[in-house]
Amino acid sequence: MLTNAADWGRRNLPVIVSTLTFLLGWELLCRGFGIRPFLLPSPSAIWTAVVPVWPNIAMHTVTTLRTVLLGLAASIAISLPLAMLIASSRTMSAAIYPLLVLTQSVPKVALAPILLVALGANEFSRVIITFLVAFFPLVVSSVAGLLAAPPELIELGRSCRATRVQELLRIRLPYALPFVFGGLRVAAALCVVGAVVAEFVGADSGLGYLIQTSMAFFRTPVAFGAVVILAIMGIALFQLVEVIERLLVPWSSNLDSNSNDNN
Amino acid sequence: MISLARVGKTFKTRRGGHVQALDDVTISIRPGEFVAIVGASGCGKSTLLRMVAGLVLPDIGHLTLDGKLVTGATKGTAMVFQSPTLLPWMNVERNVAFPLSLSGGDGPEARERARVLLHSAGLAGFEHRMPRELSGGMQQRVAICRGLVQQPRILLMDEPFGALDALTREEMSLSLLALWQANPMAVLFVTHSISEAVLLADRVVVMSPRPGRVAEIVEVNLPRPRSFDQEASAEFHRCSKLIRDRIYGGAAHAH
Ligand SMILES: Nc1ncnc2c1ncn2[C@@H]1O[C@H](COP(=O)(O)OP(=O)(O)OP(=O)(O)O)[C@@H](O)[C@H]1O
Ligand SMILES: [Mg+2]
Repeated sequence: MLTNAADWGRRNLPVIVSTLTFLLGWELLCRGFGIRPFLLPSPSAIWTAVVPVWPNIAMHTVTTLRTVLLGLAASIAISLPLAMLIASSRTMSAAIYPLLVLTQSVPKVALAPILLVALGANEFSRVIITFLVAFFPLVVSSVAGLLAAPPELIELGRSCRATRVQELLRIRLPYALPFVFGGLRVAAALCVVGAVVAEFVGADSGLGYLIQTSMAFFRTPVAFGAVVILAIMGIALFQLVEVIERLLVPWSSNLDSNSNDNN
Repeated sequence: MISLARVGKTFKTRRGGHVQALDDVTISIRPGEFVAIVGASGCGKSTLLRMVAGLVLPDIGHLTLDGKLVTGATKGTAMVFQSPTLLPWMNVERNVAFPLSLSGGDGPEARERARVLLHSAGLAGFEHRMPRELSGGMQQRVAICRGLVQQPRILLMDEPFGALDALTREEMSLSLLALWQANPMAVLFVTHSISEAVLLADRVVVMSPRPGRVAEIVEVNLPRPRSFDQEASAEFHRCSKLIRDRIYGGAAHAH
């Protein structure tokens, strides 16, 4: 355990140092040039503004986090079956893929206010917007993964008399998992974007809502605090996806935890 | 048991041309027989094997198995590919049992059968390793076990030792012979090595390229069990020379 902690420290030392240097530079810049806090608050000003209202901020964080997670869950639940459908036959792919690309050429930020009017300013429509922003890269990388199975493995399945469903579920899907997780990392980051966009347009809580209302009263430090929390949320989700990948896809070569050759 | 009667296969290339991979191939293989196929690269050996496996269908002629026309992968036929093609997400034991799991026979007895085979292939203790933790030769042995676990009546092997070094190759040929002697099945074995073909087989099918045809079928009259000592025998030389002459045509006579 002790060596693990020491290892962790050694591996993350560069990022810790660079973050601290960045914060220190920021602080010195604000103080040295006397920048007013409603234009650019210093890290300490953000801290002192956020700490007294933390229960309120925690509430907003939970709201946003829930939208993000529900949006991510919806993305997974819809993207994976969709990807399997697309990968299962050329006809399906020809029928569905163009429609998907079409939905992607529509700017979802522009769609958000329209959807909120159509579906109502509730959590459901915010999850839908989050999903719309996030799902596409997941579908694309999953399809790429499902089609990436080497022909030898497919032929192996055929020679063992695998049915088409077995070929998809027992060979193509496991082979695609590293690709799926690649898409999942992008989708997790996009879910945070999607949730904030939805909250900008129509919400009465959430970090996006907090940023808007804070800026309306020039409480820039609080808004900055919300932005920092969103960034931390994005990083945490990214890390979570990586941890799950390590558990579920231990054979993936790009996650070889034994090769510490870069330190 | 397996019978190919005047079988031909032509592939369309992407540019719209045609490649005649097999032409007028007639072979019949008896139950329990060990048949090797040799020939230059591109003469249709893999195509022939994949056809018997039911992965490719002939355009002309008849391919029958026990008198029934082959229209797809048949039960009782197992294929070992040139590369191990193990599933990287399964451990060795589950890889071996994979064909059984597809037909729902994935119970403890399947695992047991896999373990016994791995043991006889010298892989005891490696059951729970992942494929990438094994050497190339060990992976290929796992692939052979995966073929044998199906208890095939016909085992198709497409240059199974092609990627191995000469030492591992010799060792694996002998263990393959031992396995074959213990399990009654017909083996169709593609190789580039003439001496490997003569050492292993009852009959050697020599193929000539463009289009792939059967040039000669050589009977090997060496007693079993076979060993490398027999490489010095007159019969071994007779067979090797016959095969070599057939492959290189007139060129070999010039020496
Ligand atoms: N799926 C395919 N599509 C088009 N052409 C093919 C296909 N499979 C094989 N061929 C062609 O058929 C011919 C015979 O191929 P095959 O793989 O059977 O040769 P081989 O004897 O196994 O060669 P090698 O010893 O190099 O493995 C080759 O010319 C090859 O290009
Ligand atoms: Mg071949």
